[in-house]
Amino acid sequence: MTLTQQIITIAMCVLGTASTRFIPFLLFREDRPTPEYIKYLGKALPAAVFGILWVYSLKNVSLTEGYRGLPELIAIIATAGLHLWKRQMLISIAGGTVCYMLLVQVVFR
Amino acid sequence: MSEKMKGKNKLRALKAAFPHTLPIMAGFLFLGFAYGVYMNVSGFSVWYPMIMSLTIFGGSLEFVAVSMLLSPFAPVQTLIMAFIIQARHLFYGISMLDRYKGTGLKKLYLIFGLCDETFSINFTADIPEGIDKGDFMFFVTLLHQIYWFTGATLGGLMGSHLPFDTAGLDFVMIAMFTVIFLDSLLREKKHISSLTGLVTALAALKIFGADNFMVPTMICVLTVLTLFRKPIERSLEE
Repeated sequence: MTLTQQIITIAMCVLGTASTRFIPFLLFREDRPTPEYIKYLGKALPAAVFGILWVYSLKNVSLTEGYRGLPELIAIIATAGLHLWKRQMLISIAGGTVCYMLLVQVVFR
Repeated sequence: MSEKMKGKNKLRALKAAFPHTLPIMAGFLFLGFAYGVYMNVSGFSVWYPMIMSLTIFGGSLEFVAVSMLLSPFAPVQTLIMAFIIQARHLFYGISMLDRYKGTGLKKLYLIFGLCDETFSINFTADIPEGIDKGDFMFFVTLLHQIYWFTGATLGGLMGSHLPFDTAGLDFVMIAMFTVIFLDSLLREKKHISSLTGLVTALAALKIFGADNFMVPTMICVLTVLTLFRKPIERSLEE
């Protein structure tokens, strides 16, 4: 690829990304009433999205190779347990991550 | 309001926003670094991760873009691929229509920087009383991009791994999405929407594989939410 072609390729990535972010705001503008159906989606979607994002964050964990997701499972239980106990987001995330790092560096080598 | 007061309020918003971005600081510095290293060993100078983290600001696509840059020139295909990989942002936008309302010019940057993590924090954070919500969300977005840019730049400069063992640090993102999903479950009275997202994504992941499951998931979730609008709407109001 020439430099110009590289610049165009990166620009296409920028355009593709920005359009997915801007389209909803361009279609449903502040100065006009938002359709009831879209308002409903705005309320119902987030919970579904958080479920999807959780799966998305785990998509590359293999259940058929290596330790078959066992370290991830243990660390997720630790994260969730900490969170149900303390309800402090930072403690849950830091604790779960340290737990996982110990698991993959010491136990599941 | 005097200029001094305005500056003070901005500083207060920054201070309120900062703690909410700490997990992402760890995650983005690490993943950004990994991305910079990947660009470096793929033969690109540090300018590439710097410019791409500033202009694209979307982790997964930036990794894919490395292989796009190494393949024959195909701009239309690149645009379509980028749109499909990033399509999930459409859902974030619809969910943020209300929260980003009335934020003035800052709104342009808020939308531009609406990545997975920014959406998650800006949607769920309880913004303290007396803090301008536009400023708060602006700083969350800006800090996230600074972390990602810094990580990518350092990785691109150093081009090798860190001097200490970072194995497993990437779990910080999984831990964050676990906590956010758990909080969302705890907030809900009924779990129709959460479970729709969870089950659909798992099924689509199984059927379509890790690289192709997001668009089928989105179509399926939209269909379910549309078909079962009445009961879901009722459960949201309760």
